[in-house]
Formats: sequence, C-alpha cells, structure tokens
Amino acid sequence: MSDSLQPCITTRDLNLWYGKFQALIDVSVTIKEGLITSLIGPSGCGKTTLLRCFNRVNERYGYVTTTGETRILGKNIYDPDVSLIELRKSVGMVFQRPNPLPISVYENVVFGLRIHSERKDLKRSTLDQAVETALTEVGLWNDLKDRLDAKGTSLQLEQQQKLCIARLLPLKPRLILMDEPCSALDVEGTRAIEELMFGLKGRYTIVIVTHNMAQARRASDECIFMLLGEIIEHSRTEELFLKPTHPKTAEYIEGRYG
Amino acid sequence: MMFTETPLVRRKLRQERLAKWIFFGMTASMIIPLVLIVGYLVERAWPSLSLSFLVDVPARGMKEGGVWPALVGTIYLVVLSLAVSAPVGVLAAVYLNEYARDNWFNRIINLAVINLAGVPSIVHALFGLGAFVYAARFGYSIISASLTLAIMTLPVIIASTREALASVPRSFREACWNVGATRWQTIKAVVLPNSISGILTGIILQVSRAAGETAPIMFTGAVFFKAVDKGDLFPYGLREQCMALSMHLYTLSTQVPGVKESVPFATAVVLLGSVLVVNATAIILRGYLRSRKKW
Repeated sequence: MSDSLQPCITTRDLNLWYGKFQALIDVSVTIKEGLITSLIGPSGCGKTTLLRCFNRVNERYGYVTTTGETRILGKNIYDPDVSLIELRKSVGMVFQRPNPLPISVYENVVFGLRIHSERKDLKRSTLDQAVETALTEVGLWNDLKDRLDAKGTSLQLEQQQKLCIARLLPLKPRLILMDEPCSALDVEGTRAIEELMFGLKGRYTIVIVTHNMAQARRASDECIFMLLGEIIEHSRTEELFLKPTHPKTAEYIEGRYG
Repeated sequence: MMFTETPLVRRKLRQERLAKWIFFGMTASMIIPLVLIVGYLVERAWPSLSLSFLVDVPARGMKEGGVWPALVGTIYLVVLSLAVSAPVGVLAAVYLNEYARDNWFNRIINLAVINLAGVPSIVHALFGLGAFVYAARFGYSIISASLTLAIMTLPVIIASTREALASVPRSFREACWNVGATRWQTIKAVVLPNSISGILTGIILQVSRAAGETAPIMFTGAVFFKAVDKGDLFPYGLREQCMALSMHLYTLSTQVPGVKESVPFATAVVLLGSVLVVNATAIILRGYLRSRKKW
C-alpha cells in the first residue's frame, strides 16, 4: 500500500560535515508523504543531524557544510530561491525536552502566527480560532481551555510536549520532525504522544528520531536504521524488525550494541 | 556494629566541618570591611551630615557648606555616560552573542573587549583627553568626561550583557528557529525578555564605577570649583565643565587647607550613599523582574 504514496522527502547523496567531521555519508532516502517514519540507530549515528537537515536548522548550530540534494515536496531546499523562513514554517520540529516558551499557553500556540503575519492582519477572533483548533487537534483543549493564561512552562511535561506540537499546527506545516519526543516523558506520556502521532498521521508527514526500539516498532510505518552517518537499511517497520536484511541491523535491534 | 562510625569516617566528618567553617568564615569576613568603612565614615562625617549638606553649595573657599554642585555634576556624568555606553554595549553584546560566528574577526573583537576591560582608568583618562578634548574638539566639558566614562564602562557592560544573554536556555531559541523566526524576532520575542533583569543589573552596577572614578573626569571635564545656585537642578551646559563628588572629595582632602574635618567625610558618605541607593534599586528591580519570569 505504501508504495503508491507520493514522496515527501527525497535526498540524493547527502553529505554533511561539522567542520572536518563527516556526520552524514551519501544519504539517499525517500520518505513517503503522510506516513510516520522512524529513524533509529546508536547514539552519534547522525539521526538528529539528518532530521535537522530537513528544515536546514543545522545551519543555526555553527559551521556545517552540506553537499548533495534534499527535495521536500519536490523542491530542492538548497536552491537559492528557497526562503528558510518559509521552509521552517512548513517543516516544524519537536524536541527531546519539551520547550514551550515562558509565555502563556495561548501565546505559545499563536507564536508562529505572530512571527509570520503583519500585526494588523491578526484579529483576536482569528487567533482564538487558531488556538482552539490547534489545542483540540492535540487533545489539550478540554484540559486547558480555562487555563489559556497559564504559563506554558508550568504545565505537566506531557502537556508541554503536546503544546509544542500544537504550536506548529497554526502554520499548517506539511512535515513534522520529532527528535526523541518522548524521552523526557513517562510511560503514560509516551503513550499519549504516540496516540497523538497516529491522529496526526495522514494529514502530516511525521519523521521521528527515537532511541526506543519498541516505540519505533509500535508507532512507525517505515523505519530507517542508521550507523556512523550512513543509512544501513530502510524498509517497512514490520519487515525491518522481523526480517532485517543487514546483519548490523539485526544485531542492533537485538540489542547487541547501541 | 553495623552503620557505626569508623575512625576514618570521624576524620572525614571533622574535615567536613572544618571546611564548612572556613568557607563560612571567609564569606562572613567580607562584611567586616564594609561595616568598618561605613561606620568610620559616618562617625567622622556626623557633625556635617544633614539634608542641607546635600543641597547647599560650598562656602567660604570650600571650607564649609554642602556638595550640591558636585552631586549634580556626578549625576550628569553618570547619566550621560550610561546613556551612551548602555545602548552601545547592549547592542554589541547582542551581536556578539546572537549573530557572530566563531571566526577570526569576532575573536579579535572578543579579545579587544576583554582587554579594554583591563585598561587602567588613568589610561582611559589620557585617551579621553586626546580623543574627546582635543581631537573631537569637545574641550574640557561634560561631554568629554561622559564619553570617557562611557568608554571605560562599555566593555564591562558588554561582558555582563553577554552573560545575561547566554543564560537564556538554548531550547527557547530552538523553539523560535523551528517555527521560522528570524534571529531578530527570536531576540525580540524570547532572548531579551528573559535576560532583561541580568542586563539591567549589569548596567546599574556600572553606575558605581562611573560615579567613583576620579582620573578620567579630572583629565577631561571636572573642575575644582564652579559657582552654582543652591538646589539648581540644571546648573551645567553640556559643553561646560562641572564639579563631581569624587573629584570634590580629592580636592577637599588634598588641595584645600583648613577644611573642617567632617566635610570631606560627609562628601564620601554622600558618594557612597548614592551608589548604595542605586545598587539597592538594581537589586530590587532584578528581584521584581525575576519574579515575573519562570522556567
């Protein structure tokens, strides 16, 4: 079934260096639209680096050199006419530690809108509507509708993480990147975020980096295994876990290293 | 015999107690000089201390009277110098912390800032004399003196502002970048609101330095005496010279024979007192701004 889906991200021979250290080596991968794709692999294998390539936020972290091609929805994001602002608007990111801003829940959700619109274009009713829609979509509206003035940083961790996802939605992203979104959460919180991912799937393409193989197995449609900056294996999740073709993959998912 | 002290444990505990008392003792001993200085000054100054000492002008060849012209002069110098160094310093620090990449040019700037902070004030004074009094033709004036003080306080303001900016968690910046905010939007929305208390504290602490330094203003715009009306709030033009508390204290102590003994001490109390008032304001302001931010 997944073969008929359009590609969302396609990279060709993507290489990336931090200074002299090569973090990504000839990465060629196609991530399909509307699916949840997980990136797994031991620490330092380049999962997060690859994820950060997809909205070019790598470039904010210091010296990186990139060669090769990354197409998102058909557009090479290294083309000179690509605006990083518009790119990052369409490709949102969720982090390991929930990072709501130290402002109210309401302002957190509309933060992106405020960043991207003229002040006069933002009517109170538009903002209110955006907040209700986004919080409903992540399942926070009923809990928080009477506490929209509360600081984002004062919520429980699970709620904070959902708020961080809600913050992306008013910008109508096509792609949501998640960098170990559950590693600061407990079992309940992890389940809640995974359920939320299932809810968002289809409307958004989701790429999730995870250290938790059980989570990759439960929550993703396709799975990419990386090692030392290279993609070792990429297939449908159940195949990768049941019949890994590469011995390194088999060793990793059996827990022999990582 | 389980869980009982062995001789080794007892010795460790003795060392632990000793270490704690040494650290505490050193901390507590810092209070002693402050108390002694303030106590000594106030005791000596007592006969002259009164409200009228603040607003009176010096009388009888500066042997008596008050410190009004010097107090106003110091306020002029401090306010003007910070009006220059605070915006320049804060904006430079924002550039260095938020925009600058780690390349040779910015490393040189960093090095310059650090070294500028270590330049003795008498050297700043000579620089101010050459640059502002002569080269820029501001003459011996409040402008020259203020700019000299500004140059002196600038590197410290840059350093303290950078520290305040660096204390804003990177996760806040990441949150902004990843919804497509520009650096300036990030600075405006997140970085400055969350570091403003630290920035202000750093600036206000420079008030005491600017108020206390004598050499830079002595070379560039402070005078021994200037006739000013009692209680006049705007006695000086910017191109004129002015009196200043630190300079006045130096003059009274060394240049004027037969001054009543309590007058220089009272001047010192006024200088110290005004600095303490400003610093206390800074602490209260910082507390207030901190209580409003939480993460």
